[in-house]
Amino acid sequence: MSLDANDVNKIAHLARLRIEEADVPGYAAQLSEILDLVEQMNAVDTRDVPPMAHPLDAVQRLRPDVVSETDQRDHFQTIAPQTEAGLYLVPKVIE
Amino acid sequence: MSLHEKTLAELAAGLRAREYRSEELTRHFLDRIAAHDGTLNSFITVTPERALEQARAADARIAAGETGPLLGVPIAHKDIFCTNGVRTSCGSKMLDKFVAPYDATVVEKLDAAGVVTLGKTNMDEFAMGSSNETSFYGPVRNPWDTERVPGGSSGGSAAAVAARLAPAATGTDTGGSIRQPAALCGISGIKPTYGRVSRYGMIAFASSLDQGGVFAQTAEDCGLLLGGMAGFDRRDSTSVDREVPDYLAGINEDIKGLKIGLPKEYFAEGLDAGVERTLRDALKVYESMGAELVEISLPNSGLSVPVYYVVAPAECSSNLSRMDGVRFGHRAADPRDLTDLYERSRGEGFGAEVKRRIMIGTYALSAGYYDAYYLKAQQLRRLIADDFKRAFEQVDVIMAPTTPGTAFKLGEKSDDPVSMYLSDIDTIAVNLAGVPGMTIPAGFADGLPVGLQLIGNYFDEARLLNVAHRYQQVTDWHKLAPAGF
Repeated sequence: MSLDANDVNKIAHLARLRIEEADVPGYAAQLSEILDLVEQMNAVDTRDVPPMAHPLDAVQRLRPDVVSETDQRDHFQTIAPQTEAGLYLVPKVIE
Repeated sequence: MSLHEKTLAELAAGLRAREYRSEELTRHFLDRIAAHDGTLNSFITVTPERALEQARAADARIAAGETGPLLGVPIAHKDIFCTNGVRTSCGSKMLDKFVAPYDATVVEKLDAAGVVTLGKTNMDEFAMGSSNETSFYGPVRNPWDTERVPGGSSGGSAAAVAARLAPAATGTDTGGSIRQPAALCGISGIKPTYGRVSRYGMIAFASSLDQGGVFAQTAEDCGLLLGGMAGFDRRDSTSVDREVPDYLAGINEDIKGLKIGLPKEYFAEGLDAGVERTLRDALKVYESMGAELVEISLPNSGLSVPVYYVVAPAECSSNLSRMDGVRFGHRAADPRDLTDLYERSRGEGFGAEVKRRIMIGTYALSAGYYDAYYLKAQQLRRLIADDFKRAFEQVDVIMAPTTPGTAFKLGEKSDDPVSMYLSDIDTIAVNLAGVPGMTIPAGFADGLPVGLQLIGNYFDEARLLNVAHRYQQVTDWHKLAPAGF
């Protein structure tokens, strides 16, 4: 599996990750090597093998739909980069 | 015998017998950290005031007649566990200024038991690495040879315990991050069954693999601390609701007749000759104690590294999407628009290895590729787990190398991700299957520590600790500490 610069830029955008132009060829080479390693999976036929999502095949626990957490907005927002009036601030998204 | 040479169990007993106070003990370890951590870099944050405050509180509880098994002993937490009011960086620039607003369950339980926290240990960024070189705070050095890596990702915890800067420490193990550094630093470490220790407040890397555990000098100490950490937690959706046994109750039991499986795939090409010799000697010790060695096969072992490098990156790409520069963590200056804010905050906040894994995971999960990568990996994961299930119908425990070689030099593998990934070849299958694994020091090869890996059936931690403890009753590798610290 070989990824080129275009692939890396596309994946980086999907992951919302800025990659410096100069670093793109290095990532392309390294990601290609990692995918080559991963390709070894194809040596085994896995038809009819049920996928394993959880080591103990546990399912999601349910609980009664009642309030279990208290409001800690102010406490949690003390570590936010930018807030105002209890809101998280981001650059304008609607003109 | 100096206080730092004692085991956690001995220190706890000494506190109960009022031979010394927790404050004195805590000062002793804080002094050692101040004296030696300039060389090792095993801590990201040391919290002396907080530690002394906790120590005095423990002393008051002891004076009032309390006798908890962990009351007043100092430990260190891997900097992946959220600690309320204390920076929790996860080894990343992204969280360099992140002061956790709550405690991880592990921290909360140990605090309640009266454990003193000395500080937060260094680690590979977001636990992604096998050498501790991906940390934003610089590499940790192996106390046995400071030109070498301590292993990773919990390299700080391993180095701190090995150099006796802390009697024990917490860690996490997603693909070997407790067992590999414990082996390379010559100490004991255990990764319990998936779901045994709560993941709440343990910063998520690969949620179907991550499991908290312990570093200590001895198996007994591992059991002691694990007993204080394990248990059901409703705040972790994959926590297992099952009683925690007393890990020390049967630790002395005779192991005569124990069936030990030796997977031939682990004692094969690629295993360093010196490491193999050391492990064969350790296995002879088990034979002399009446255990029976049985060759077994885990035929799909060879697939564990490729499978892991789909499952772990896929899950990390999803988990790390919460680092967006909006609610917490690093935020880029003067963002042009929202996309620019996300992309630059993440581009500046994450190091190269984290970026690689996020990109691999994003690619593997992108439209059209899911079946070929993530689904395929989950199917192979089932085959790997089935190998272990079959093996445990035949044997009681499995023994294998923890690592294919001893500690490598700083910089030796840092430019070659795939070669770094292959250094975890002996530990990854255990995480994929979800079974418990531990490592104990079994000797030296070329002057560097060698770890013997013990793998157990689901929830068989007590047996692993018993089998490890019996070995430590007749050998003294676990008592050897590196010179100069």
